[in-house]
This record gives sequence, structure tokens and C-alpha cells, in this order.
Amino acid sequence: MNPATRPSGITLKNRWRMGARRLAGLCAGPVIGFALLLLVWKIISLRIVDIPSPESTLPAAWELFKNPFYDNGPNDLGIGWNILASLGRVALGFTLAAAVGIPLGFLIGRVQALNAVFSPVISLLRPVSPLAWLPLGLLLFQAADPAAIWAIFICSIWPMVINTADGVKRVPQDYLNVARVLNLSEWKVFTRILLPSVLPYMMTGVRLSIGTAWLVIVAAEMLTGGTGLGFWLWDEWNNLNVQNILIAVLVIGTVGLLLDLLLLALARRLDYREA
Amino acid sequence: MEKFVRIEYVEQRYDTRGGPFVALRDINLDIAQGEFISLIGHSGCGKSTLLNLIAGLARPTDGVLLCAGREITGPGPDRAVVFQNHSLLPWLTCHQNVYLAVERVFGGGETPGQLKARTASALNLVGLGHAMHKLPREISGGMKQRVGIARALAIEPKVLLLDEPFGALDSLTRAQLQDELLRIVSSTHTTTIMVTHDVDEAVLLSDRIVMLTNGPAATIGDILPVGLPRPRHRIALLSDPRYTACRAAILGFLHERHTPPQAGQGGATPSYVSPSEQPESTTAS
Repeated sequence: MNPATRPSGITLKNRWRMGARRLAGLCAGPVIGFALLLLVWKIISLRIVDIPSPESTLPAAWELFKNPFYDNGPNDLGIGWNILASLGRVALGFTLAAAVGIPLGFLIGRVQALNAVFSPVISLLRPVSPLAWLPLGLLLFQAADPAAIWAIFICSIWPMVINTADGVKRVPQDYLNVARVLNLSEWKVFTRILLPSVLPYMMTGVRLSIGTAWLVIVAAEMLTGGTGLGFWLWDEWNNLNVQNILIAVLVIGTVGLLLDLLLLALARRLDYREA
Repeated sequence: MEKFVRIEYVEQRYDTRGGPFVALRDINLDIAQGEFISLIGHSGCGKSTLLNLIAGLARPTDGVLLCAGREITGPGPDRAVVFQNHSLLPWLTCHQNVYLAVERVFGGGETPGQLKARTASALNLVGLGHAMHKLPREISGGMKQRVGIARALAIEPKVLLLDEPFGALDSLTRAQLQDELLRIVSSTHTTTIMVTHDVDEAVLLSDRIVMLTNGPAATIGDILPVGLPRPRHRIALLSDPRYTACRAAILGFLHERHTPPQAGQGGATPSYVSPSEQPESTTAS
């Protein structure tokens, strides 16, 4: 039947029913998954005395999040401040990495000679563990905070360089032929052809980079101390407050997930195939 | 005949692992201004390679190509190409796709208003005024190819190069676009070179049909002048004996005489009657 001639009442009702069914289908998986996680946690907490149970962790979390932005001096800050401190470092290190990595990726992808020069170096440096860079940062900057940002910079730059360069190499030859036939200027080629075509690849790199940056910052803060989620987690370990350690783990996971969702939404907006 | 495009002793050779591979050899062809030429031949005979050489997207390993008295050393907007797969930029609307080309060619001397008017008139010429601000994926394959043609014509090229422009379209859409191309080219008098494997399309549109022998080492096997008067009408042509003779000549070539002309044989004897019965319809070399 032609959709235009279909009675609208039935269509609307059907649509509601279908929508509800789809929502239930979408939620079922995650709900079961998290229920299993809680179950495993509960079983472990029953077996091992030192691990607090989920139901005793929840009130502790409530205590923490009731007033996330209190400030009782540098060693006793609310969890909100610690999250913001970590996010601030990630933002700074990541922005620097993007500012260097994305243009470098474009150059490597576009100029074969640069690719030959940089590819082996990147292959060598990329697998280096994030924390291996930290002492070098401490030596260079003589301070903990810039060293942590340095570690984020150096670890989150590679996915952006590699994915951007890969995207540039994968620009369809058809599009480049259009540019060649028209003798477009390099600037026009960049803004009208390379950039829109590479954006999806670039955003994949950005998402991987943010993921890496978030992994690195927690580890770096454990070593550099001061503020941040990593420091807080280590501090709670020193206090033997296991409930808060578990809360920290969940908070780190949640923030990382939110960062990724945010970038995924941004990537969808920038992708010409889905715009 | 004024020689607007000249192709002299062109050879295209590729170095492969199994040694050199000669795709084209001894290509000699002169094209007059305003002429419509079709390149026809079996798949893989190098007709697209020849078109790319004229476009300047590739350089010949031997020989020389000239356009309007100047050697072709690279691609340029004086030789617009309509690609087989339309090659529209998917993130730009139809208008923006055409505007990109118009801006490049006329941007130096014209205001944005004039450039927009040019873009709009090119899209109107192919009957797409109403879909100007749609994205390529929102329009049909035939419409995309029209935008490709509009983009090529909007820059007022000296030569229009068409690489199997309607190959990916259904036969009804193809016929419609052929008629439109016939109408457009007869009003703009643009020199046009079209690669095709469609015999009817070649006869309907062309002044001369260049038939390539099978590869490797393909060359021009024969050139058939189409003596049909213009304007041409698809239906009326069907009962025209000259049209039938042209078709028979090309089909005869493609099915029987598709091997390269033998050296020292003085050109193969024609196994068909040339519709114009002119001596210049023998081999070009």
C-alpha cells in the first residue's frame, strides 16, 4: 500500500509500539550486562573480605557525590575537582597533540618523501609505554604537571598522525582527478577535497587519541601526585579505602565512556556520509 | 580540415613485472574544431587510456599530443572531463560542485554573482535547475551524470572529454541523456571526444567514429565518418539506411576486423561498404 494512503491513526499507534519495542531491544543488552557485572562483584565481595560489596559502596559514592566540589586544602579536595583536574590535563595535552599531529598527518599523507622519513620513526615511537615518557618529561620540564601533560601529548599524538595520514592516502583518485583537471590550487584541494574526505578518518584518530589520553592521565597522576583522579585513587589506596578505589574505577570508566560518546556524536556530525 | 586536436605517433607503455606492456601504439588522429569523435573498441583496448592522454591525466611514453597548437603536458580546464562514475564531491551540493569549477576558471575576472549565474545556467542547461541545492546522494544516477556534464560545460572548455559517460545508466535514462548531449553540443559547438562501447550511441552522436583494435598494443583500426545530417532524431534514424550501414560497419569491425592492421599488407581490405563511400575511411596510419 502506498504510505500516503495509509490511515494515519494506525500508523501512529504502530509507530509507538515499534518504538517501544526497539527501545526495549536496545536496553535489554546493557541492562543484562550491568546486572551480570554487579552479580560477579557481589560474589567476589562475599568470597574476599577486603572487597566491599556493591550495596555498601553505593552509600559511599553518595557521600562523595553529595558535595563534589568541597575544598579542604590541597590534599582534601572533592571528587569533582579531581575529575576536572584530570580532564583539564587531558584537554591541554590532547589539544597540543591534535595541533601538531593532525597537520603532520596531512603532510605525511600528501607528501610521499615525508612519509618515507617519518613512518619508520613513528613505528618506533608509537609502541612505547606512556609511563616510559614520564621521566623524560620530568627532566625536560622540571615539574610534575607539565610532565603529565607531556606524557599525554606524546602518547595521544600517534593515532591522530597515523589515521589522518591514512585518510589522506585513501582520498579517492576520482576526486583528485577532478582537482587535477580543474588545476585547483593546493588550498582549494585541501579545503574542498582533502579535508571533507579525511574528516571521518581523522575523527577515528581523535577518538583513539582521547581514549589513550584518558588511560595515560590516570597512570601519570598516580606517579606525579597533587590532584586528579589518578592521584585520588592512589591516595585512597594509601588510606586503604577500598570502597573509594572501586568508585574511582567506575568514575574513570564513566568519564572515558562519556568522552568517547561525545566524540562519536561529533564525528557523526562531521562525516559527510551521515550529515 | 583545421586540426584542433592532434595526436601523433602516440604510444603508451607500462613497465610491469613481466616486462614492458604496450597498451597503445602508433596512434595518429587529427580532430577538427567542433567535431564530435567517438572512440569505440572492446573492453581493455585502451580507449580510456587514450582519453586520459588527451586529458593530460597521463603522459604518453612516446609521441606527442597537441590541443589548439600547444602540446598537452598536463591536465587543465581547457579540456574538461566527464568521468564515467560522475566523480561529484559527495559533501558538496550540485550547485557547489559546479561552482567549484566555475570559480576556478572565471573567478579571476567575475563577481560571485556572475559566477553563480554561470553555475545556475549550466545546471539549467542539463535540466537540473530544480535540484541545484541537493547533495549528490539525494539524486538519481542519471541526474548525477547530468551534474557532471554541467560541471564540464560550465567552464566552457575547448575540448569536452567524455569517458563512457552513460555506461552506468539504465537504457531509458541513457537515451534521454544522449538526446540532451546531442542538443547541447549542437548549440555550444564544443569539440567533443567520447569513449563508448555502445554502437548506437556512437552513431547517433558522432561525426566520426574511431575504432580501436584489441589490446595489447592497440591502435586505430579504422575511422568511420558518419554521413548522417544533423539535427538527428533517434526514431527517424532507425529507418535511415545510412544509419543501418554505419551500425553494420562498426559491428563488422568489432566482430571480425578487431585485430591490428598487418604491416606490409597495405591495410586490410574492408569487409563492409562504407556508408559515405569515401576513401578517407580507410586506416588512419
